[in-house]
Amino acid sequence: MSISMPMPASAATPARTARTLIEIDRLNLYYGDFHALKNVSLDIPERAVTAFIGPSGCGKSTLLRSLNRMNDLIPGTRIEGRIAIAGTDIYSPEVDVETLRKKVGMVFQQPNPFPKSIYDNVAYGPRLHGIRKKSRLDEIVESSLKAAALWDEVKDHLKRSALSLSGGQQQRLCIARALAVEPDILLMDEATSALDPISTLKIEELVQQLKDRYTIVMVTHNMHQAARVSNQTVFFLNGEVVESADTEQLFAGPSDSRTEDYISGRFG
Amino acid sequence: MNLLQGGNRHQIARRRKIDFCLHLLFAAATSVGVIALCALLIDIIIDGISRLQPGLFENFPSRRAERAGMKSAIVGSMYMLCIMLPISFVLGVGAAIWLEEYAGKNRFTRLIQLNISTLAGVPSIVYGILGLTLFVRLLMLQRSLLAGALTMTILVLPIIIVSAQEALRAVPKSRRDASYALGANRWQTVSRAVLPSALPGILTGVILAMSRAIGETAPLIMIGALTYVAFLPKHMLDQFTVMPIQIYNWLSRPQPEFHELAAAGIIVLLAMLLLMNFAAILLRNKFSKIS
Repeated sequence: MSISMPMPASAATPARTARTLIEIDRLNLYYGDFHALKNVSLDIPERAVTAFIGPSGCGKSTLLRSLNRMNDLIPGTRIEGRIAIAGTDIYSPEVDVETLRKKVGMVFQQPNPFPKSIYDNVAYGPRLHGIRKKSRLDEIVESSLKAAALWDEVKDHLKRSALSLSGGQQQRLCIARALAVEPDILLMDEATSALDPISTLKIEELVQQLKDRYTIVMVTHNMHQAARVSNQTVFFLNGEVVESADTEQLFAGPSDSRTEDYISGRFG
Repeated sequence: MNLLQGGNRHQIARRRKIDFCLHLLFAAATSVGVIALCALLIDIIIDGISRLQPGLFENFPSRRAERAGMKSAIVGSMYMLCIMLPISFVLGVGAAIWLEEYAGKNRFTRLIQLNISTLAGVPSIVYGILGLTLFVRLLMLQRSLLAGALTMTILVLPIIIVSAQEALRAVPKSRRDASYALGANRWQTVSRAVLPSALPGILTGVILAMSRAIGETAPLIMIGALTYVAFLPKHMLDQFTVMPIQIYNWLSRPQPEFHELAAAGIIVLLAMLLLMNFAAILLRNKFSKIS
């Protein structure tokens, strides 16, 4: 598969030796009897894009969903080990899961706007957290839609149903909705896999803009995407981290033969 | 052209014949129900149309057919509906929310679920016995409007719970995920992301349950609702009657005039049921356009 897409300029710059924001230390996760994550240790740098790649069922989405504790919603999930964000263990009892999810936003595989107006979708999060004032909400909606590169397309019909937007617009609306609660981290779970190439490109460009302000962790099935947009790439196989390295380094010269087999298309 | 001539003509003709016969059979099966219903409606309308006059709505029951009406029964039915609607809505939808959104899926909740489904099929007279023991005797509400409304509430609760659960279950999980991922807690997610999408389905279920309730007779006779009420209930502990009881009373008299009155009463009751079902359909269509 060869895709000739303009390579966003900023992706070519090597990962800055940034501060680690998320530390994962010997994490084990079980769904009932199924051992989904095996002894995963990983550092995720601040204000950079980290991509998780690997075949289906390798645990990359599971790890992503552990970072904002969405796995808590799945009955029978058991977790051992430690995930610390800015030094705080997010599974410790004093951490409030609602506050955590406010700080760690998430965008899903399928665009999932609420069947409400565009405005109400973006204002949903701020309203949850107690913002009532119309003028303040207006500001947040505008700045979030601008940050998600959707403002120019929708500014004249904010009252229109979010479901009237195209798939790519809906996904950018979901990004705007996540940004509206001012997160530090943005998790993207195969956020472009349901979109057409042009919408995908728009979202990739958006990710490049957002990484200056947010720490982005994305799961992708598309290795070209990981190569194009990420600074760090992590390769998963059967619930284990096989290799984690600077994206250029990982794709140019993987140190593990399994990584090489996967990125050269020998399996997966 | 050989391509189109290879078919087995005999076999094709046979297949068409079978298709045609079954088509006839299914149409006949449908028409049996429709014809029976039409016959019933026509018969009732012929009997009752002459009695469908203002007097029917304005007069109280009377020994003399020309002066008899069902004012107290219509008002009684309305009052009962007004009392049971909010109670059964809160209890039924509340139970459905707990079962679907809060309770874990374990043996205990499965047992409750089984119970509710079973209760939905229990004959209504059994609820009458329960109402008699619990509300009329134990809580000493006597044969009051309140006791009747509470008995009916219990009768329709399983129907409301089951339909509300179905409506909640139909809301996609991705919508809940979206809400939780923004930092919503359980109630915020239920009230802002789930209920708005489930509401049309819930309301449809509630309206259909209400229309079942206004047609029920047996449990109210069981708890001792009066058949002859020549006054309007003034408060919730007053005695009362409802439309189906009045109809039942008229039908049990020997004079043909009262049978005509009963037919007129049935027309009024049917019209009300039709109106409620129509409202349910309107609601469903209105909301399904939004979500």
